[in-house]
Amino acid sequence: MTEAVAGRSLLLSALLRLARNRAAIASAVVLALYVVAGIVGPMVWLHDYRTVYANYVKVPASLTPYPRAEEILPGAAAALRRARLTVENVTVVGDTATITVHAARPIDPRVTRYLDRSDLFADARLVSLADDALSATFAADVARHTFLVGTDANGRDLAARILISIRISLMIAALATGVALVIGVLYGATAGFLGGRIDNLMMRVVDVLYSLPFVFFVILLVVFFGRNVVLMFIAVGAVEWLDMARIVRGQTLSLSRREFVQAAEALGVPPGAILRRHIIPNVSGPVIVFMTLLVPKVILLESFLSFLGLGVQEPLTSLGVLIAEGARNMRNAPWMLIYPSAALTLLLFALNFLGDGLRDAFDPRDR
Amino acid sequence: MTAPILSIRDLRVSFATPDGPVEAVKGIDLDLAAGEALAVVGESGSGKSQLMMAAMGLLAKNGTARGSARYRGEELIGLPARRLNRVRGAKITMIFQEPMTSLDPLQPVGRQIAETLRVHSHLSARAARRRTVELLDLVRLKDPERRVSAYPHELSGGQRQRVMIAMALANEPDILIADEPTTALDVTIQAEILALIADLRTRLGMAILFITHDLQIVRAFCERVMVMRDGRVMEEGDVATIFTAPREDYTRMLLAAEPEGTKPTAPPAPPILRAENVGVHFAIGRGAQLAAVDGVSLTLSPGETVGIVGESGSGKSTLARALLNLLPATGEVRFRDTPITGLSRRQMRPYRHALQMVFQDPYGALSPRLTVGEIVAEGLTVHAPELGAAERRARAVAALAEVGLDGAMARRFPHEFSGGQRQRIAIARAIVLKPAALVLDEPTSALDRSVQKQVLALLLALQAAHNLAYVFISHDLAVIRAVADRVMVMKDGRVVEEGPTARIFEAPATGYTRELIAAAFDLSAILAARQSNPNARGSASTIAGT
Repeated sequence: MTEAVAGRSLLLSALLRLARNRAAIASAVVLALYVVAGIVGPMVWLHDYRTVYANYVKVPASLTPYPRAEEILPGAAAALRRARLTVENVTVVGDTATITVHAARPIDPRVTRYLDRSDLFADARLVSLADDALSATFAADVARHTFLVGTDANGRDLAARILISIRISLMIAALATGVALVIGVLYGATAGFLGGRIDNLMMRVVDVLYSLPFVFFVILLVVFFGRNVVLMFIAVGAVEWLDMARIVRGQTLSLSRREFVQAAEALGVPPGAILRRHIIPNVSGPVIVFMTLLVPKVILLESFLSFLGLGVQEPLTSLGVLIAEGARNMRNAPWMLIYPSAALTLLLFALNFLGDGLRDAFDPRDR
Repeated sequence: MTAPILSIRDLRVSFATPDGPVEAVKGIDLDLAAGEALAVVGESGSGKSQLMMAAMGLLAKNGTARGSARYRGEELIGLPARRLNRVRGAKITMIFQEPMTSLDPLQPVGRQIAETLRVHSHLSARAARRRTVELLDLVRLKDPERRVSAYPHELSGGQRQRVMIAMALANEPDILIADEPTTALDVTIQAEILALIADLRTRLGMAILFITHDLQIVRAFCERVMVMRDGRVMEEGDVATIFTAPREDYTRMLLAAEPEGTKPTAPPAPPILRAENVGVHFAIGRGAQLAAVDGVSLTLSPGETVGIVGESGSGKSTLARALLNLLPATGEVRFRDTPITGLSRRQMRPYRHALQMVFQDPYGALSPRLTVGEIVAEGLTVHAPELGAAERRARAVAALAEVGLDGAMARRFPHEFSGGQRQRIAIARAIVLKPAALVLDEPTSALDRSVQKQVLALLLALQAAHNLAYVFISHDLAVIRAVADRVMVMKDGRVVEEGPTARIFEAPATGYTRELIAAAFDLSAILAARQSNPNARGSASTIAGT
């Protein structure tokens, strides 16, 4: 009983409480999947997010691979029309298509490359050429592509685009939140702890920054930094820290009236050490909670900026950009709106549920 | 005995917590007759408040009540809120400990009283207002016509508690449940409020259920006592029997927990701390200043305890902080002939280890994110930076052992300890630096009586062992009498009276000191005096005549 048992720290007991919250745990799992998808997804996915399949512009989501049987004849016809060949017949056996053509002028065997250029066929070869060279038979492998959630207006695989956009959105969220965290906590804790005139001055600076119109501020930053994603979202973090600073300052003000801070002062602990050892660890609860709620806010903000065209640049993309494109093609290609929106919604749900769960877990009233 | 109007049978309350269900009340039977005053006594955590909360349907969300609580034959447990509201707030009313938080700060008190009248008695707005004034007059709030439109923050703690009582009386209750109604109040105010409740009881014939930890009040106020511990009834009986011939050890322990004895006088020695004409002024508004402490002088020698007594707002805590140069102050404080007033943080640091402080709130005084070992050793990192981590840890463990805690606890966090243990940790944090003087700001006020006694014994033992000098601040005269060599009585920032402890308590020179001592030690006499002298302005007929 009197073993030197390590106590259950507040953080640990908060995490234990969190573990009992099923919605929060499910959200944490979803979030972890998102992170894995964002990091590994674009590397291992069937398609590269930059590859354009000109033959498959805006094809709907499907589990069965493209091309469909009825598309092969028009596809071959379209591909060979450029070589001024007329397709007579296409038969598909397994993965090999046999194409018979005729033409008004003699057929050059090299026209197979027209077939190769199409996304439908690969490895086209001449099987037989008529003696007058006016008709021929080609064989080509049919290239099977699966677009699980369809393709976008440029014929790029939407799933690959969603994966890369998750990566970008999460990266932006992490960067901006990290910046907001560091600046906000240090600034807020300093202002709250020093108090008096310095506090007044520091918080007025925050007020001034608050009063800048945000979009105008972002446009200014775009002008300064160019459209560099990383810099831009460090800048977003540099705006978002204002909220964090206010929260931390409020917490610090009430903490520094607490007796344990006075006790530390009576011990002669220097101000820096009081800040580091007593104030900042004790604001960590509200700060963690605010962070989880800040992440979705930043993702939404990024979506908003990208929607306006101020965000990331092609061929990179983000959830906001994808949704903006989807909204433009809502009528003829609804999947372009549905899947990115679903991805964003699920992500935001998970973040908010986790944030709520954390807030409950850290709530001192529960202790 | 007539049939009880409130009858509780086998009441059980349990709370669902993340660590499994916790049973706070474990099967309580209780009968309350009309017009009777019953006290429920117990230390914190005994379930005495939860018992009544359960009967009134006021448990926290995670709490469930089982058993039976009947008011005039009607079962209250499990009654839907709408039906329950016909009883609670009208026939059974409650007053709570905290008059500061029980009133809505955004509404005038008159409107809050009138609201309960309009809901339960269906009075018109005008009639409700008239009745509100009567009620405020009944609880002897001065100038009730004007107070009706006062906001809670414009009233003092005692006045707010009077408003709460007026609100509780609004619908002529049969039963008034008073849950520690005077714990947050000063002793003199406490005496007034208790006298008021006693007076109202005789005039209106209510039954009173008094929940308290203070046996003084019980003896002065109630006829019957129920002693609770860990959710069970330990003992029940009339006041005289329980106080003269308690059956249970626990009851005996509670009765013996009043601080007693006096401190042997310290041998004369040259003072180590000398304060001359100390003043602390706070700016309030434009140019105006509030003198929180005004012209206080004090000397303190090794081995000596100076007790500072006063009610809230008397400036005693401010004085303590000024002595330690934690606040900007005027006048001069000398520590071993070095003036320390006005020294900067850095200049002050060499003296800090010798002048330590222990705070009132054992929950707030320890940083919740540090382990106990880190908390105790923190002073060493400042004042003995040459020590290695292992040596620091060893000294912290030694200090913990000195205050009676197992050194193995050093890796635990404060929230795992009880109030008394935390106060021991706070004391260990102070003595690990081997101070010469210790300022104790209400060190036992937040603790149960029995725990308070142990902590006081610890403080006296430490004083004897290290020849420590104490400045002991308390509002509790019983505590001061037990520990102090000399006493200073403060009021409104000034010292009203000072002298050796025995002289102050036996022959107080000023009226204020006499009043304080009477309120603290002779509650029954005060109550008797007030009741035999009916200077009531409101009368019982007004309450009946609606």
